[in-house]
Amino acid sequence: MEEILAQAKRVAEQAEVFQVSSKVTPVHFEANRLKQIQDKESTKTALRLIKDGKVGFAQASGFIEPGMLVEMAAETCQFGMPAKFDFPNPKAYPKVDTFDLQIDAVTVDDMVELGEQLIAKVRQHASDILCEASISKGIASVHIINSEGGEASYNKSLFSLSFEGILIKGEDMLFVGDSNSSCHPILDFRPVAEEVIKQLELAKRNVSISTEPMPVIFTPHGVASSLVAPLVSAFSGKLVFDGASPLKNKMGEQIFDKNFSLWDDSTLPYQVASYPCDDEGVPSQRTPLIDNGAVSHFFYDLQTAALANTQSTGNGSRHVGVPTPSPSSLVIGEGDISFWDMVRDIKEGLVVEFLIGAEQGNILNGDFSGNVLLGYKITNGEVTGRVKNTMVAGNVYRVLKQLEAIGNDARWVEGFLLTPCLYCSSLSVASKAG
Amino acid sequence: MQDEIANSLKGHNADYIEIRLEESKATRIIYRGNRLEEIGKTSSKGGNVRALVKGGWGFVSFNSVSNLRDKVELAVSQARLVGKETSDFSQSEPLTDMVTAEIEKNPMTVPLASKKELFDEYNDIILSTAKIQTSNIGYSDSQRKVTFASSEGTYIEQTKVDVSLRLIAIASEDGQVQQVGLSLGSQGDFSAVEGLQEQVKQMAQRAVELLSAPQAKGGEYIVVLDPVLAGVFVHEAFGHLSEADHVYENKRLQDIMVLGRKFGDKHLNIVDGAAVPGLRGSYKYDDEGVQASKTYLIREGILESRLHSRETAAIMGEKPTGNARAISYLFPPIVRMTNTYIEPKTLSFEDIISDIKEGIYAKDWYGGTTSLEMFTFSAAEAYMIRNGKIAELLRPVVLSGNVFVTLGNIDAIGNDLQMNQGGGCGKREQSPLPVSNGSPHIRIRSCLVGGS
Repeated sequence: MEEILAQAKRVAEQAEVFQVSSKVTPVHFEANRLKQIQDKESTKTALRLIKDGKVGFAQASGFIEPGMLVEMAAETCQFGMPAKFDFPNPKAYPKVDTFDLQIDAVTVDDMVELGEQLIAKVRQHASDILCEASISKGIASVHIINSEGGEASYNKSLFSLSFEGILIKGEDMLFVGDSNSSCHPILDFRPVAEEVIKQLELAKRNVSISTEPMPVIFTPHGVASSLVAPLVSAFSGKLVFDGASPLKNKMGEQIFDKNFSLWDDSTLPYQVASYPCDDEGVPSQRTPLIDNGAVSHFFYDLQTAALANTQSTGNGSRHVGVPTPSPSSLVIGEGDISFWDMVRDIKEGLVVEFLIGAEQGNILNGDFSGNVLLGYKITNGEVTGRVKNTMVAGNVYRVLKQLEAIGNDARWVEGFLLTPCLYCSSLSVASKAG
Repeated sequence: MQDEIANSLKGHNADYIEIRLEESKATRIIYRGNRLEEIGKTSSKGGNVRALVKGGWGFVSFNSVSNLRDKVELAVSQARLVGKETSDFSQSEPLTDMVTAEIEKNPMTVPLASKKELFDEYNDIILSTAKIQTSNIGYSDSQRKVTFASSEGTYIEQTKVDVSLRLIAIASEDGQVQQVGLSLGSQGDFSAVEGLQEQVKQMAQRAVELLSAPQAKGGEYIVVLDPVLAGVFVHEAFGHLSEADHVYENKRLQDIMVLGRKFGDKHLNIVDGAAVPGLRGSYKYDDEGVQASKTYLIREGILESRLHSRETAAIMGEKPTGNARAISYLFPPIVRMTNTYIEPKTLSFEDIISDIKEGIYAKDWYGGTTSLEMFTFSAAEAYMIRNGKIAELLRPVVLSGNVFVTLGNIDAIGNDLQMNQGGGCGKREQSPLPVSNGSPHIRIRSCLVGGS
């Protein structure tokens, strides 16, 4: 890395080298049985240059001659965007726990046993279910150095447990699933098993539902699969700067329910999306996005923050190419009502557990519309069964403007979202008869 | 290298072992509004070993190809931990082949400056349209050389070049934001993304028109799909369910997906095949060294066959179809689609819409997804059909169906097959895989549309 930086400094005013190495061991179960053990090692090295005030970029997976990487990046500089920022050299980073040595002590045999126990527990409840499960452990090392003297590095341990089950009766397919992830080893399969069994219980029989607006409860999985994609796009500093977010010029305005709060937090201990510094070496922080209904901040990387005349929030994240603003862990503040109290409050309504296709509409405008992969009908304060061939459609700004209630039962879903159930008073539901 | 690979495969106690080594390079160019946000080059080197022992798999991926034999041993030892039964894996005759990409205009030889000039022009067209707030342009090209060797003695080198371009125009007014996109791609021919000025202009104008368009009312409609959206429909509604890895260990699903079952009327033929030449999903050999084929999934409305890897084919007692694909050396091959389409029949577009009193004409795509039984796919553009004529523009719609019902509801198939090359398919963690899909115009008697 030092050699790359040294060579880069010869051709450019500023330079930054980012390197991530990882080793991951996933264990996969298919059709209730152990199917595959994997071992994946990879290293990625990325170089950013600022030359004649313009940004160049190159990246290599696996070994590359330092000179070659510098040459590739230098070739792109002449066409690159004008750099509005300097590579950072912060005085200190917050202490964020992302590494647990215990991960090393977990053997492949332990992981196999965990998967077997999880599948056995669910099959005890539904013997005909066909299960897929993955248990994965891994370690990643991140190292960043730049020409301005900035240097950061950290290690992260990762453990995840995920489960999907399919239950087929005739031509009726029921999908259930849950997952859990942490920087600690996860040695208890029961929380995932219990969530899946809850889904199976609520979906025990199929019932029909009418086509009309009605009250809807989003479970934590429902929030993740329906409402989060439009919010993430709306709070991206980049989309706000481009004017592609409806929240442009809404800073400080009360446009959500006064009890609704949302923040981004990359400092939460042992969460898989946490880090002491982002992928540009900017210190991590907690950033309030919605504060009691008011738009309070957007999330930024270095370049976008500079364009928008503000500071990076430590959300520069690398996916395929250059860093771009992305959320770390998102947290929705809890309310004071339980899921079952919400259900008891509804005469006729719908619980959305998984929605598919919601991110395929015009999410820029906050619109979502999808097929209810798993959802339950409520009649007179009780869940009566599963609905099928049903679509819900709405707009997040209208849904979140006035919530009937916010749950007191927040749960981590998808590894990056901590959310309670959300209860909205009316949403468009369309169902196909028969 | 060929000898070293062959030697490292010898003398292990496994039912089957394969090595895949990969070298690739790529260019990415991204615009947001008037900013060229990223222009970058990447290179990648790596490989993997996959081993099968008594029905269990081991898989090892790496960046450094040194000590290949140790990696083979690790994969075999993992497979041994897993395998407790017998291996079912279809046989393949050993072969040696070198496949090079035949390309009209190789993107690797087009200078960065020319690429930038072209996309600058498209971007200017979008941004100079009144009420357009911003634009997104994402371009990438890549060249990938894959070396495949198996313990059966097969050795194949294949080089592929891929090009893709997505343009989005975003219009905004009074806190409303609307977008229209255009996706294109090709198997390595840069000219596929040239000469789009007129299409780009229309796309930008349509985004502006959407600002004042109403939203469809949710419910069931007669729906006519254009070739692009019908292609996404056939991919989501049926293609994924045809992938045998969903079926091969699922007895109940096998009962439902039994060959010979009727899924649609006699006019319905659905095909998938990498052997159909010149498309983004085309290749000579899949990632298990099996020669590509052209497979009739549905012939005259009847389920005829499905897409296989060597393992799913052997377990189900069917023939491998050459559909095992891996997006990169980081993943083992899994059953994937290639080029998937509905075959054309005789009706013109006018024939298809002339007797519709009220319906929806849905065009172009945002995306699609499936849970096997239920699926959704979304149109980027939609119109009401009234009394046999295209009427007012609607906001984009999301459509949804059920595979066991919706294919049977197709009651008209047009004569105007078009393949869409702009898509990428995601399955498990492997996305986006180059595929193409297509169809003529089709009409669905009854389809669920989400709306207000």
